[in-house]
Amino acid sequence: MLNTADILETISMIREENLDIRTITMGISLLDCADSNEKRLCENIYNKITTYARDLVKTGEDIEKQYGIPIINKRVAVTPVSLIGGHLSPEGFINVAKTLDRAANTLGINFIGGFGALVHKGMTKADDTLLSVIPEALAETSLVCSSVNVATTKAGINMDAVARMGKIVKRAAYLTRDNGSIGCAKFVVFANAPEDNPFMAGAFHGVGEGDAVVSVGVSGPGVVSSAIKRAGDCDFQSLAETIKKTAFKITRVGQLVALEASKRLNVPFGIVDLSLAPTPAIGDSVAHILEEMGLESCGACGTTAALALLNDAVKKGGVMASSSVGGLSGAFIPVSEDQGMIDAVTCGALTIEKLEAMTAVCSVGLDMIVIPGDTSEDVISGIIADEISIGVANTKTTAVRVIPAYGMNVGDVVDYGGLLGHAPVIKVNTCSPARFIARGGRIPAPIHSLKN
Amino acid sequence: MKAVITVTGKDTIGIIADVSGICSKYGANIVDISQSVMRDYFAMIMLVDIDGLNMPFTEFVDSMKRHGDTRGLVIHTMHEDIFNSMHRI
Repeated sequence: MLNTADILETISMIREENLDIRTITMGISLLDCADSNEKRLCENIYNKITTYARDLVKTGEDIEKQYGIPIINKRVAVTPVSLIGGHLSPEGFINVAKTLDRAANTLGINFIGGFGALVHKGMTKADDTLLSVIPEALAETSLVCSSVNVATTKAGINMDAVARMGKIVKRAAYLTRDNGSIGCAKFVVFANAPEDNPFMAGAFHGVGEGDAVVSVGVSGPGVVSSAIKRAGDCDFQSLAETIKKTAFKITRVGQLVALEASKRLNVPFGIVDLSLAPTPAIGDSVAHILEEMGLESCGACGTTAALALLNDAVKKGGVMASSSVGGLSGAFIPVSEDQGMIDAVTCGALTIEKLEAMTAVCSVGLDMIVIPGDTSEDVISGIIADEISIGVANTKTTAVRVIPAYGMNVGDVVDYGGLLGHAPVIKVNTCSPARFIARGGRIPAPIHSLKN
Repeated sequence: MKAVITVTGKDTIGIIADVSGICSKYGANIVDISQSVMRDYFAMIMLVDIDGLNMPFTEFVDSMKRHGDTRGLVIHTMHEDIFNSMHRI
């Protein structure tokens, strides 16, 4: 029998502490859509996506109503498009992006991810062509997200690709200059990209996945923050236990929703991504969790240790609550999407260098960080190379989603609205890494990649 | 299967009778009620059996909410599975 305290705890998590299911993401393989004719290829893609995900939004809304828990986003992730467009011209790839956008609009979903390539060891002609049109594709579509995997611990870092990424980010910023360079918010560069990540902008449907799969990303920074507050000034073991118990409960809801969505959509259940994903809403901030632990401000000395504890405890609590955990699974630290991070950057407590250090101990990486519009391509490639190195050396996923907002300088604020939030432009070290980046080739894989 | 209905709002005469009547009308059988009034603020948690509902569960959720709106009450209805998932292993 349910007891009143349990019922009230759940209701309080949802209504007062912003517990929600951040996303239900359907992964759809496009491998069988390949066709030598561009028009037929686009038709195949449109038809497959709109058939498989036809009921995705309605199913999400029905489950939301059944369990009384908000499901914020319904999304689709597809096979990296470079894999199915071997012969396509640049215009052809843009037409595929527009087809994805059209399918997303038809379905009424929030985003569609997968307009990207896996180039961690080398680049095919199709990869090369796709990369050349990413900025245009992002500018000419509204719901399409793009990601490129430029490194793995096994393969090392493709520095030719890293050099290209700086140029892509700058051009995407320029082409969407009238909207705060929002194109860059839909583009992410990965090391060790997970093939089953349900979160945008980096979601894509990995080649090792089946024809279609449903995955769920949970959230709940506010719930963790409240639990820590209630625990008071306890020691670190007790703190970790509190976070673990809370993460367990949050993840159980994710598992319930994932299984229900899988059953209703008649698509296999993939994974639950047990991430703490913040939003700009008050009380939904990862930075505030760290501050609740005892830091004056996120970014203070001790922040990396606090985040490491948080990330580890979230995983330990969550992993028992789901039959299949995957994706990014950890704490996210985007700047523009987290009011605590925004405040910490604004008051000067949090710098891009500290954010980089923090990414060594949590999921994702330098995320939704607005940098000055005049930051050079080489510096952006340098930022990416540094961040990607952390992922490669530590056998973990890292990513970069920086926005060199056109015409903006340190101290300006760029507002994207909605879940993307707003952010102050952060200071970046402008010393040039140009000679280093221009060397080209591949940074070899670290020695610990040789595990066989 | 069961559902949890929470009812909150300003206390007036007949709230339980009213909500119970609606449950009966839709075929929801009341299993348990916990209710209190604090400073004119009414709060109730009802556990109802929904196997005999005469409409889809999602419509029942909407109907209860709409009825609450007309009476100045906030009525939320949630399937019991979310509570069981979170608090039972």
